[in-house]
Amino acid sequence: MTGILPVTMPKFGLAMTEGKVVSWAKEEGAVIAVGDELADIETTKITNAYESAVAGVLRRHVAREQEELPVGALIAVVADAAVADSEIDAFIEHFHAEFAARPVETVGDASPEPLVVHIGGRPMRYLETGTEHEGRPIVLLHGFGGDLNNWLFVQPALAERHRVIALDLPGHGGSTKDAGAGDLATLAGAVLDVLRALDVPKAHLVGHSLGGAVALRAALDSPSHAASLTLICPAGLGKEIDDDFTRDFISANRRKLLQPVLAKLFVDESLVSNDMTEDLLRFKRLDGAREALTTIREANFAGGQREILRGRLGELGDIQVQVIWGAEDRIVPPRHAEGLPASVATHVLPGAGHMPHLEKASEVSRLLLDFVE
Amino acid sequence: MSKKSFRQAINEALRQEMRRDPRVILMGEDVAGGAGAPGDDDAWGGVLGVTKGLVGEFGRERVLDTPLSESAYIGAAAGAAATGLRPVAELMFVDFMGVCFDQIFNQAAKFRYMFGGHAVTPLVIRMMYGAGFRAASQHSQCLYPIFTHIPGLKVVIPSSAYEAKGLLIQAIRDDDPVIFMENKVLYDQEEEVPDESYTIPFGEANLTREGSDVTIVGIGRMVQIANAAADALAKQGISCTVIDPRTTSPLDTGSILDSVEETGRLVIVDEASPRCNMATDISALVAQEAFGALRAPIRMVCPPHVPVPFAPNLEDLYVPDAARVEAAVRAVMQYAGKQGARA
Repeated sequence: MTGILPVTMPKFGLAMTEGKVVSWAKEEGAVIAVGDELADIETTKITNAYESAVAGVLRRHVAREQEELPVGALIAVVADAAVADSEIDAFIEHFHAEFAARPVETVGDASPEPLVVHIGGRPMRYLETGTEHEGRPIVLLHGFGGDLNNWLFVQPALAERHRVIALDLPGHGGSTKDAGAGDLATLAGAVLDVLRALDVPKAHLVGHSLGGAVALRAALDSPSHAASLTLICPAGLGKEIDDDFTRDFISANRRKLLQPVLAKLFVDESLVSNDMTEDLLRFKRLDGAREALTTIREANFAGGQREILRGRLGELGDIQVQVIWGAEDRIVPPRHAEGLPASVATHVLPGAGHMPHLEKASEVSRLLLDFVE
Repeated sequence: MSKKSFRQAINEALRQEMRRDPRVILMGEDVAGGAGAPGDDDAWGGVLGVTKGLVGEFGRERVLDTPLSESAYIGAAAGAAATGLRPVAELMFVDFMGVCFDQIFNQAAKFRYMFGGHAVTPLVIRMMYGAGFRAASQHSQCLYPIFTHIPGLKVVIPSSAYEAKGLLIQAIRDDDPVIFMENKVLYDQEEEVPDESYTIPFGEANLTREGSDVTIVGIGRMVQIANAAADALAKQGISCTVIDPRTTSPLDTGSILDSVEETGRLVIVDEASPRCNMATDISALVAQEAFGALRAPIRMVCPPHVPVPFAPNLEDLYVPDAARVEAAVRAVMQYAGKQGARA
C-alpha cells in the first residue's frame, strides 16, 4: 500500500489532546499541494486552518465535519488517483486498528515540556523545540499579558527546520512575577540573561507587541546577540497604543469582563474561546501577576508608549529587520509600520488584527522561515 | 505546572501559606500523627493523609495534634484566630460538627459583629464531606447548608484540585471564619495545578460549561456530575450551562440569575439532604428574582431524605449521578406548560 498518505489530527500547542474538524476546505477528489488549506480544526482553545504537509489527491475524508478525534487519529487519506478504493479502505482499516492498539501512555508523550532556568534565583520558563537542528536558534517573545503558548501554531512549523526557544517574559506565564522596574531595559536584560544561561550567543529574535519592543531593545543593548529581528505588531515604534486595552486586561477578573477585552485582539472575535479566557484568568490569579502587569503597564504604556525606539533603528547596523503587522490591529496602529528605513522589510497582513501569529499563523510562519533562511 | 491530586493541591496550599506567613498553624486530630507514641513522627498527616509531611517542615509548634475533643480544639482555634494567629483547624468529618457547633456558630461567627467590627477571626476549618466512600451514615453527610445558614461564616466547596488550591489560599488569607469542605471521593483525582500560589476570590461562580438551553447549578463534587451530564446532552443536541458557585456563602446570585435569564430552565444538583439545602435555596432565589424568565418548573436533583446508607448498592443509588441529571434536563426541556401558559 505504498503511495497512500495518512493525514492525522495535528497537535496545536501543549494542551491539545483532541480536536474537531469544523469544516473541510477541500472536497474528496481534490488535487492538493503542500501548504493547501485542508480543513478548519478547532481545539478547546482556538480554531486554526490546517495546511496539508503532503501532495496528492484527497481520496477520503475519514473525519466527518464536527467530529472530535484525538491527536494523531486519521482524518483523511491522500493518494494517487490510480490507487484503488479497496486499497484505501484497507489502509484506513489498518490505520484504525494500529491507532486503537497504541499504548495509552504514549499518547502526547512526544510533546516537549517547558523548562525553567533560574537567573539570580528567579525562575524563567521557556519551551525549546527543534533541538536537533544546528545553526542559529529562533527566539520567540510574546506580548503584554501573553506567554509562550501564544506561539503554539508558529513554533512547530519553525521547529521543523530550526531550534526554537519561546520564553515567558518576567511577570508572565511560568516565569518570575518579579518584573523589576518593568521597563524595556529590564525585560530585555532578562531575555539576554536567559540566552546567556542557555549558551545561545546569537539568535534570530522574534517579538510580538511588547515582546517586539523588548527584542528591539535587546538587539540595541547587545547587538552581538541578534542575528536578525522580526517585529510583529510591535510596541516601540510610535506613541499610540490602546490604553484601555492594557488597563482593562489587568482589571477584568471574570470571564464575561475579559472576553470583550480579548476580542479586540482579533478580526475574527469568535476565536476568543472560553478556554483561552480561562487560561488568562488563571494566569492573573497567580500571586504577583497583576502587580507585575501593572508595573509593566506603568513603565511602558500608561498614557501612551513611553520608550520609542524608531529613531534608533539605524544603530542596528547590518542586523536585518522585518516588520509584520495585522492590517486591522486595534491595539497598536499599523501605521507605525510606515516610514521605517528602506532596509526594513514590511508585511501588512489583511484579515489579521493584533495577533497575526494566531490568526494568520501559516503566513507568519512562512515569512519567518523565508526571512531567517 | 503539573498534574496534582485534590489531596496534593490542598497540601501544597497549606505548605505555601505556612511558608509565606508564620502565623498560619494547623490543628486537629492526627494532622501530624504519632504524638506521644513511639515510632514515626509523621505517621498520619490527617486521617486521609492530606497534611502529611507538614510537621516535618514546620515542626510540632505549628502542626498541632489535638486531643479527640472537637469542642476544645475548635474553640481554641477560634480564640487563637481572635488573638492574632491564622489557624487552619481540621474537623476530620463534617459529621462531627455537632459536638463543636457552639464554638463555630455562636462564637467564631459572631466575633466581628459583636465586637463592633474591631475583632477579626482569620480561622479556617477544613472538613471532609460526602457519600460514595463506604463510610456509613455518620461519616458521609454534606451538612454545608447548615453552615451556609449562619451569618458570619463563609462556606467554600471546591469542585476540583485547581479550585481547591486557589480557594484554600484565599480562605487562609481571609479575615473571617471560613468553612472549607472537601469531598473525600475527590482526593485522588488529578488535574493541572500551578506550582505557584494563586487565589480564587469568593462569591464568583465558575461557568464550567456554557450553553443556551438549560442552566445546571452543581455544588462541590456535583459540578463534575453536572459536567458529565452536560457533555452527554451536548451530543444529543441539548446545550447546558454548568455553574459552579464555588462558595455557598457568599453566593454568586448574579451569575445564576443571569444564566437563567438566558436559558429559562434550571436544574440544581445538590448532594445534601433535600430539605433546606442549596437546591431549595437557589430555587427560591430564582423563583423570586427570575420567575418571568422560567419556561419550565425548576428541577432539583438531590438524594432522598434518608440517612446515607451503608449498603454499597443503596449508597450508589443515594448519590445523584449523571443519568439523573440528564433525565431532569430532558424533563425541563420537554415541559409543555399548562394551557394558557406563556410560550
